[in-house]
Amino acid sequence: MYIEEKQSSQIFQDSSSIEFPKSEKEVSAFIKKFYKSNTSLELVGTSSKKKIGKLLQCTKTLNLSKLRGVIEYFPEELYIKVKAGTPIDQIEKELKKNKQQLAFEPIDFGNLLNGKSDYGTAGGQVACNISGPRRLKVGSVRDHVLGFRGVNGRGEIIKSGGTVVKNVTGYDLSKLMCGSFGTLVALTEITFKVLPAPEENKTLIVHNQKIEKALQYLENCINSSNDVSGAVFLPKEPIVPGCVMNIENTFKLNDLKEDGSITALRIEGSKNSIDHRIKNLINILQIKNLNISILQSHQSEIFWHKVKNLEFFSSSKNSIIRIVIPPSEAAKLIYQLSNTFKYYIDWGGALIWMEALELSEGMFESIRKKAVKLGGYVTMIKNSTYLPYVEDVFTIGRDRFSISQNIKKSFDPKKILNPGKMYTGI
Amino acid sequence: MTKLNMPKIDRKLISRKPDIVADLKKIIKAENILDHEDQIRPFETDGLSAYKQKPLVVVFPENTEEISKILAYCSRQHIKVVPRGSGTGLSGGALPLEDGLLLCLGKFNKIINIDYKNRCVVAQPGVTNLSITHAVQDNGFYYAPDPSSQIACSIGGNVAENSGGIHSLKYGTTTNNLLGAEVVFMDGTISRLGGKTFDSEGYDLLGLITGSEGHLCVITEVTVKILKKPETVKAALIGFSTIEDGGKCVSDIIASGIIPAGMEMMDKALIHATDNFVKAGYPRDAAAKLIVELDGTGTEVDELIEKVEAIAKKNNSSSMKISKNEKQRMKFWAGRKAAFPACGDMAPDYYCMDGTIPRGKLAEVLKEIGRLSKKYDLPVANAFHAGDGNLHPLIMYDANEKNSLEKTEKFGAEILKYCVKVGGVLTGEHGVGVEKRELMCEMFNNNDIQQQIKIKKALDVNSLLNPGKVYPILRKCAEEGRIHVHRGKTKFPDIPRF
Repeated sequence: MYIEEKQSSQIFQDSSSIEFPKSEKEVSAFIKKFYKSNTSLELVGTSSKKKIGKLLQCTKTLNLSKLRGVIEYFPEELYIKVKAGTPIDQIEKELKKNKQQLAFEPIDFGNLLNGKSDYGTAGGQVACNISGPRRLKVGSVRDHVLGFRGVNGRGEIIKSGGTVVKNVTGYDLSKLMCGSFGTLVALTEITFKVLPAPEENKTLIVHNQKIEKALQYLENCINSSNDVSGAVFLPKEPIVPGCVMNIENTFKLNDLKEDGSITALRIEGSKNSIDHRIKNLINILQIKNLNISILQSHQSEIFWHKVKNLEFFSSSKNSIIRIVIPPSEAAKLIYQLSNTFKYYIDWGGALIWMEALELSEGMFESIRKKAVKLGGYVTMIKNSTYLPYVEDVFTIGRDRFSISQNIKKSFDPKKILNPGKMYTGI
Repeated sequence: MTKLNMPKIDRKLISRKPDIVADLKKIIKAENILDHEDQIRPFETDGLSAYKQKPLVVVFPENTEEISKILAYCSRQHIKVVPRGSGTGLSGGALPLEDGLLLCLGKFNKIINIDYKNRCVVAQPGVTNLSITHAVQDNGFYYAPDPSSQIACSIGGNVAENSGGIHSLKYGTTTNNLLGAEVVFMDGTISRLGGKTFDSEGYDLLGLITGSEGHLCVITEVTVKILKKPETVKAALIGFSTIEDGGKCVSDIIASGIIPAGMEMMDKALIHATDNFVKAGYPRDAAAKLIVELDGTGTEVDELIEKVEAIAKKNNSSSMKISKNEKQRMKFWAGRKAAFPACGDMAPDYYCMDGTIPRGKLAEVLKEIGRLSKKYDLPVANAFHAGDGNLHPLIMYDANEKNSLEKTEKFGAEILKYCVKVGGVLTGEHGVGVEKRELMCEMFNNNDIQQQIKIKKALDVNSLLNPGKVYPILRKCAEEGRIHVHRGKTKFPDIPRF
């Protein structure tokens, strides 16, 4: 019997069950103690993304939010080393002073999941590995973690990587940390690669296109030399009573000339270069005579901020699903799904965010089956009151499950760290 | 040749060689098995030719099922397996074992699918790095990681080593350009990791196997990302009268918010050696020379070149040339790419090191290398991937002089230790292999290494896949770590290195 099953009857924790370690040493001491006593532990930062993954019922909670602060920041070396509990907005503020950024665009899940803006912590971003629209161009969280320190399930302090981009010394465990939802290591320190923030950005919007044409436009632009850093399609259809996603309500921008679906392309860089590239895109798409808008810097920023932070859904009580798929298959999948689901497409076709009204577990599994068949995967990001629980939040096949079990065992042999958060038995 | 400690040799197993060969013939075609002394000799070393060892037997499977069956068989029989791509690795990662099977991926040489809609190429692991770009360049695409040996090195080997190249700062190394892989684990399990999607869910196994030096699985297929070629590429060739000025210029370029596609530095010794070799028109009076390559749209590149010029002037640059056309740009690079053979002209032997340091520590590290050069009385030339901090000091010596090899080894180890001391790492792109394994404890403590070994055991219970590489065999830090080239007689001398 797994620990999470053993603990399943214990739903409430009193406050003495929450530990707030203030140093890596303390984290190690706590985990060593719990390892000895076979006590399961839930790892949290600010709990902004706690609702992603299975709900845990652990004996103890290790709250890592007191491990905070920037340890080192060398702008000219393009890295920042922080304690894992450091809030993302604090890091971004620090980087902004030197016109730098976390290029993968951390998402603010706070509004969607808890009704309050909260970017969470560095550790949380790494644990979830979910990136914003710029992922298309620069890679995801996992491509921006240069190294880490943390404590494994035996209470041992371990590290991997460093502060430099080019490093092949030993296995790249930083990658393994990304998207492991705290099931391998309690992270204590993270070194992020940082990049210069673009001087300016503008957005080219083509109005009123249908999905196939829109995706073709996105593809043509990404497949050009114009360095597109955001490519999203926001359809007007289907209109679903009971779903909150609504373009008009979300984007009240002066530069938007038209109603209807939005096909948007972001260009970043210096002013001259942006103008040159937007001209290129208009030529490539041969859309001079179509209805287009160009969002200038300020409005463009608001636009992508809203797209990134899933503002369409923020007051939704419905299930929110994330589907990652080869870009060529996006339209195919959309056509196979019920038209009671509102959706929008990011990453030029590679990512579908979906708001699903009255979604049953059977329907969810059927979406997953279709996505997997097309080479993709599906994650339940937010449960609804209609479907408060699904058995499989994440997608995994049998062979990868067994490999993952072995990996888990090598870090956390007694399965005390976030047991069952991702999969039952891991 | 230095004697290497390798895992305990199973003599009993070696005596069973005829039975093993007979069993293998039941799995793959007899013509794909090499077991005669003369047949296996060409496989006794990889790009680190200081070490040689003939394997028990060499096999050339033709498909994934054959690999799966071979690994399952070796697992049952407790036979060690060393995977090998093109054998261009510089750290001895594909060094055979006397009691081990050498699994060559040479027959996996086809590009399976070119998919422009999803911007990727699916290829077998034996396909060379450059063939991928060749396959898509007519449509204006390319594969970004470009290790200098790209005409010969295999894409599977690139994944195993997480190969870089001169454009890593802007475009990442192999791990950032890999979307999926088919792999076979030591027990014969065939698994697909990733695919044509961005990121995979669950543990990032693709990230884990990239750079794992053939320790965790055998790669049988890869899916790599391709990019559209930039509209314009230009390079600036800048000379400096002091290393400090050159180093400061590198830091200032990055601090100004520019990410060059490539940024390469050479010291005076190498400027002269390479300029003699290829007549690249390098500033021969300069103490340091920088090539800064910028790409993007025409407008953008011109703007950036202007900024770089201003930064260089501020840092007392002594000369500056901007490439006027593609031919001139290639000429700027010709010298840099010929650094290895050019050094062959300067001394009978040399060792190439491969550490990465924070860019800002360049002047300090070069100063220390200069001090050590005097201490050991051995000249040294330095090539530096300045963009990503990857330093390649080349120590010159004459192996015929008594004890010079040992002296050079000590010198090399001191350099790598200093790289770690200033916040860098032991190896930026050549891998640990057998070459730097005993230095691992300079960077990692026992907990770190034990955790990595536990992962190895999680995927390869009996440590049969490429054992003796990456992690120290001795619990001491032996002073090793270099590539040995004697009188230019490196394996595959025509292949550009680092």
